[in-house]
Amino acid sequence: MDAITSHPDVFGHGLLMSLQISACTFVLAAAIGLLLAVCRISPVRPLRLFAAVYVSTVRSVPLLVLLALFVFGLPEIGLVYSLFWTVVTAMALYWAAFLCETVRAGVRAVPVGQTEAARALGMTFGQVLGSVIVPQALRCTVQPMASLLIAVVLNSSLAAAVGVTQELTGQTVLLDQQYAQPLVTFGAAAVCYVLITLAIGRTAAVLDRRLAVLR
Amino acid sequence: MTSTVPVDAAHEVGAPDHRPPLVRIRGLDKHYGPTQVLHSVDLDVFAGEVVAIVGPSGSGKSTLCRCINRLDSTTAGSIVVDGAPLPEEGSELRRLRAEVGMVFQSFNLFAHLTVVQNLMLAPVKVRGIRLEEARERAYGLLERVGLADKAYAYPRHLSGGQQQRVAIARALAMEPKLLLFDEPTSALDPEMVREVLGVMTQLALDGMTMIVVTHEMGFARQVADRVVFMDGGRILRTAPPEEFFTAPGHPRAEAFLATLPGV
Ligand SMILES: Nc1ncnc2c1ncn2[C@@H]1O[C@H](COP(=O)(O)OP(=O)(O)OP(=O)(O)O)[C@@H](O)[C@H]1O
Ligand SMILES: [Mg+2]
Repeated sequence: MDAITSHPDVFGHGLLMSLQISACTFVLAAAIGLLLAVCRISPVRPLRLFAAVYVSTVRSVPLLVLLALFVFGLPEIGLVYSLFWTVVTAMALYWAAFLCETVRAGVRAVPVGQTEAARALGMTFGQVLGSVIVPQALRCTVQPMASLLIAVVLNSSLAAAVGVTQELTGQTVLLDQQYAQPLVTFGAAAVCYVLITLAIGRTAAVLDRRLAVLR
Repeated sequence: MTSTVPVDAAHEVGAPDHRPPLVRIRGLDKHYGPTQVLHSVDLDVFAGEVVAIVGPSGSGKSTLCRCINRLDSTTAGSIVVDGAPLPEEGSELRRLRAEVGMVFQSFNLFAHLTVVQNLMLAPVKVRGIRLEEARERAYGLLERVGLADKAYAYPRHLSGGQQQRVAIARALAMEPKLLLFDEPTSALDPEMVREVLGVMTQLALDGMTMIVVTHEMGFARQVADRVVFMDGGRILRTAPPEEFFTAPGHPRAEAFLATLPGV
């Protein structure tokens, strides 16, 4: 047990780092994903095509491969920046593809009459999107978004595999090497992940109830 | 210039009016893929007029209505609104849409906004009116449709009749020159039909130009200046209501009226 109890700070820092990676990834992925979704439903054909190709390409590469590509591949072409942000970039680009599809599903769920009413009032594509469609689409994607956020958090553990040893799984591996108590160390890490997941699920449920657009 | 056309002039089909019509439709064709749903439609609507479009299901009434503000595109022909040909797209088209209000069968109120926000959104975003002014005007309009107490309700908490009255107020908030109604009461219970028709009748009396697709023959008879009968994508008859309902003047129109109860 002392693997955990004697190193609460190490474990705590790992948790904090994991949350940081996850938060940065999700925010960046949300921004890119939203942009992609706008492209995907825009009346401009090349934009639609670009977004479609992006989504289907990025979605079919395993995240670990994408991470390795960024962390070990980019320096080869002379592109070097902090490991943290390299990892976050790779993850954000990856999750953006899923986010885009989630947003698009939400947009599809908005009745076409809403768009027609907005267009009939003389609103521009951007106004229809920003004031009518996206706010409603996001409301009905709270749950799938939460699932995505959970996936982002859990898969942030892959960062350890490309050298971000400061995050939760990385720290756990180090502790395990020191104490050789995998049941305790990885058990504790698992509990942490479960708690985070439960918290996200709970928050989403509350948010969903608050925002649900019943029709 | 007065906003109402003398009733007699309006009753003359294609009446020699010294003023140009507010809406002039000529030779309008519309296809969905290979099927043609509008055949060479001609129609003039003068300022202050109420035109009721009636006809059997699938005759193209909604399509015609939606073509007038280009929610649907057309294949051939011309639509001139207030002297300007209907723009294809872009800011010109949006300006036109801002001036032509539309009321839908299914209300289509913005579900995520309160009633007053529904009335303020387009005036603020499209017309650039200040929030305070838009709010003031919204309250005035809600008063006018008898829903001042519902300003902060969400659409889903309103009855169908109330939602449709809000939808009318939302269209009015843009101060349109013309209002299009596509079966505004078809989704409503009889009780609510009356309250919505009441609002529409008052609008007609106030001199609003209205094109109304409807199955409410009572409304067409009492409020419309002209009745347009459509079938198979064609306008088969245009006549003042009294004339249309007493002498439909076309076998198809006769057959159509025979299917309706109590006309
Ligand atoms: N999106 C569409 N794609 C293909 N055909 C369509 C489409 N919308 C309408 N139509 C067809 O066009 C014709 C005219 O339809 P429209 O909705 O204008 O009729 P309507 O007179 O309004 O009928 P109703 O009284 O049932 O509302 C119909 O035959 C319909 O099947
Ligand atoms: Mg129809």
